[in-house]
Amino acid sequence: MLPPDNHGARASRLRVALVQMKPLKGRYAENLRAAGDAFATLASDPPDVVVLPEGGLTGYFLEGAVYDLALEAPRFARDLARTWRDACGDAPVDIAAGFYENDGGTYFNSSIYLEVDRGGERIVHVHRKMFLPTYGVFDEQRFLSRGRKMSVFETRFGKMAMLICEDVWHTIVPAIAAIKGARVLIVPSAAPGRGIDGIGELTSITRWRDILRTVAGEHGVYVLYCGLTGFEGGKGMTGSSCAIDPRGDVIVEAPPAQACIVRADLDLREIDLARASLPLLGDLSAVLPDLLLDEELPLPRGARDVSGR
Amino acid sequence: MFPVVEAPAGAPGPPGIDAAVAAQWLVEFLRDELSARRSIGRAVIGLSGGIDSAVTAYLCARALGPENVYAFRLPYRTSSEASLLDAQLVVDALGINARTIEITGAVDGYLQHEPEADARRRGNVMARTRMLVLFDQSAKLEALPVGTGNKTERLLGYFTWHADDTPPVNPLGDLFKTQVWELARYLGVPEALIAKAPSADLEADQTDEADLGITYARADAILSKLLLGYSDAQLVDRGFSPDDVSLVRRRVDGTHWKRHLPTTAMLTNTAINEFYLRPVDF
Repeated sequence: MLPPDNHGARASRLRVALVQMKPLKGRYAENLRAAGDAFATLASDPPDVVVLPEGGLTGYFLEGAVYDLALEAPRFARDLARTWRDACGDAPVDIAAGFYENDGGTYFNSSIYLEVDRGGERIVHVHRKMFLPTYGVFDEQRFLSRGRKMSVFETRFGKMAMLICEDVWHTIVPAIAAIKGARVLIVPSAAPGRGIDGIGELTSITRWRDILRTVAGEHGVYVLYCGLTGFEGGKGMTGSSCAIDPRGDVIVEAPPAQACIVRADLDLREIDLARASLPLLGDLSAVLPDLLLDEELPLPRGARDVSGR
Repeated sequence: MFPVVEAPAGAPGPPGIDAAVAAQWLVEFLRDELSARRSIGRAVIGLSGGIDSAVTAYLCARALGPENVYAFRLPYRTSSEASLLDAQLVVDALGINARTIEITGAVDGYLQHEPEADARRRGNVMARTRMLVLFDQSAKLEALPVGTGNKTERLLGYFTWHADDTPPVNPLGDLFKTQVWELARYLGVPEALIAKAPSADLEADQTDEADLGITYARADAILSKLLLGYSDAQLVDRGFSPDDVSLVRRRVDGTHWKRHLPTTAMLTNTAINEFYLRPVDF
């Protein structure tokens, strides 16, 4: 028998839909219509949370065109909410979606989390990608500014955090999100596939899955990974959107190379059970202060003084 | 006694490939680049009788359907009969459209004014003439020319600039030659094409490996490490011969320009592809 929900009145089930978009480069209005088509297929059984990938409505590799296509968060929220309502009427939903953000002339690779209901839409949080890959095929920091904070935010399903693509490759980032209370990590991503010397799939897909499973299993969190798909100038995005449970097992995973919707029905009480079995997050919370106070760590000047110790 | 488990010794071999994964990825690439992005459902391929164009034809047939693949055999008067027959094997196996257009008249029409042209110049004229035909046929057929160049020849500069490298999409350009052979076996390309010595067929009895001075297997093994940043000394440490390493390094370093668009003088802060940056698929 499962234990009772010990997180107040929050829902104990979370029905998610990960919309694996295959956008047309730079054609925002058409891609928004495509998202509307995806929403319409959910109308008969609307999920609680819908996730769209990084660059899901514009494409990922935009170079200088990012300044043409970046939107202010409220405008993006209105567009998403209108598209949802046009497809699904008054059904309430939370939407997490990647987008290029224009904040008064400073540009970010961001992900929005908003609540939509018959009364309108409310922006719950905007996460700005912290780790902007700028090597090899990537050139994000040439065009974008980086986010400065790994925030956790409250939803009707408990605390969540969003980590965009490379954010989740640095193990300390999901660790901090989990320590700050996130129980569900949403990961919008655009991952150009590479590596043909693996077995049965591109090696970059295997690497991604390994990372996501490790994060979920180490911290006892659900991970909702929503990947972009389609080729952009020869670089194929690997899709493979997936939901991973708090023990690190893949619940469901999309194929790499086609637009599709991944659905999963998550029992949020699994998180406590997983953490009881493998209390790594509690251990880390206890030891982290000692790790951070290590004088050999290259922390900013004065950081230890601010801690009051 | 403790048994000892030794790490593998000796020079590494050429890079591996999961041919099924690569084939599926390249089929998706061709569908996206031709049909989804450009709304073009047909491909034009210069079918030489060699392995690269054969593999490209097999991939295009999978991606677009054989009825939408147009293969052109474009022989010059010195081209080998065997090449034409090998190309025909591919046409027959796939059921793709095929046409033979002799380029001798076009090539000799120009070269009669340049009788002293050496083999290299004559070869370049043939390659550029073949591209002229393929682009014109693509306009006629409302099709897209699909390139066939592999990563090894691109890195070694073993191709004619603004000829073999001109088609707007290229499925094989990130695959070493040895990987193309593996892909060919997976796709079922006729064994005659896989087994024969690769040749540009610009001169009688010409072979790539004799031209290059190194086998593709050794070149690919070195290239796959060189691209990761290994120094010559590190490559020799790993068991490669100094002469091979030197040859490959010299060819790569001498041909960076062939892997770029023409150099344009920058005069403003809106210089195209320097300041004004838009992706190719925007």
